[in-house]
Amino acid sequence: MDTTSQFTPWSSLAGGTLIGLAASVLLIGSGRIAGISGIAADFAFGRDGHRLWRALFLLGLAVTGLGAARFAPGALGTSPRSLAGVAVAGVLVGMGTRLGGGCTSGHGVCGLSRLSARSLAATLTFMATGAATAAAVRWLGGVS
Amino acid sequence: MTRRTQQGLVALLSGSIFGAGLLISGMTEPRKVIAFLDFSGAWDPSLAFVMLGAIVVHFGAYRVIQGRAPLWGDAYALPTARRIDGQLVIGSAIFGVGWGLAGYCPGPAIVAFGSGSIQALIFVLALLLGMFGGGKLSARAVRS
Repeated sequence: MDTTSQFTPWSSLAGGTLIGLAASVLLIGSGRIAGISGIAADFAFGRDGHRLWRALFLLGLAVTGLGAARFAPGALGTSPRSLAGVAVAGVLVGMGTRLGGGCTSGHGVCGLSRLSARSLAATLTFMATGAATAAAVRWLGGVS
Repeated sequence: MTRRTQQGLVALLSGSIFGAGLLISGMTEPRKVIAFLDFSGAWDPSLAFVMLGAIVVHFGAYRVIQGRAPLWGDAYALPTARRIDGQLVIGSAIFGVGWGLAGYCPGPAIVAFGSGSIQALIFVLALLLGMFGGGKLSARAVRS
C-alpha cells in the first residue's frame, strides 16, 4: 500500500501557531521552557523537585489525546514500525534527547525562537539524521 | 492560590493547547512526520509549516518578556549552556535516528499515549528507559 502523505499547509500552520502559543503561555506565565523531553525527563527523574507543573503539563498533553480518541480519531495516526521497532526508537529518542538537551519542541521551537546557536546546531543535526534514517528505512524495504 | 498552584494551572493550560496544536498540525501522524523527514522520497513539507507557525508566534513571546517578570513565576528558567559540544551533537544525532525510525518524538507520543495507543505506551516506556540511560551517560561525561 502506498498512500502519499498529503501536504496540508493551512492546518499545519494553524497547529504550529497553537504550539507557539502554548510555549508562549508557559514562558510568559511561569517562565519555563516548553521542552517536552526535558519536562518528561525532569518529571520522571526529578532534578529540582518541581514535579507538579510538569505532571500537569504532561497531563494536558495526554488529555488532548484522550479527547482526540473520542472526538477526532482521524488526527491520530500510527507508526509504520513494529512494536519492537517502536521500542528501539523510543530508547534512541529518550537517550538522544537527554544527552542533546532537547527535542523538536525544546530546541526546534523554543531554542530557535530565542535565536540559540546551540538549538540551531541541535535542530539541523536531528533533522539530518532523521532524514537519513527515514530514507534508509525506505531503501531497506521498510513500509512507510 | 499558591504560586505552585498557579504554575500548575498555567502548565495544564499550556500542555492542553500544545496537544491541540500537535493534533491539528498533523504531527500526531507518524507517517506524516516520516514523509517530511524523508525528503528524498515522496516529500510532505507540512512539518516545515508547523515549525514556521510555532516559531513566528513564540519569537514574539521572547520580545514580550523583555523587562518583565513571569506573571506567576519567580524568575525565568532559561537554558544557560552556550557551547556547541560533542554531547549536544551526538545526542541530537541519536534523537534524530529514533525520530526518523518511528516518526514519534516525545510530545506526539504522549498525546498518543493519552489516546490509549499501545504503540505509544511502548514508546513512552522505552523513552523513559532511554532517558534514564542518557542521564547516566551525561552525568559520567560531566564528571570526567
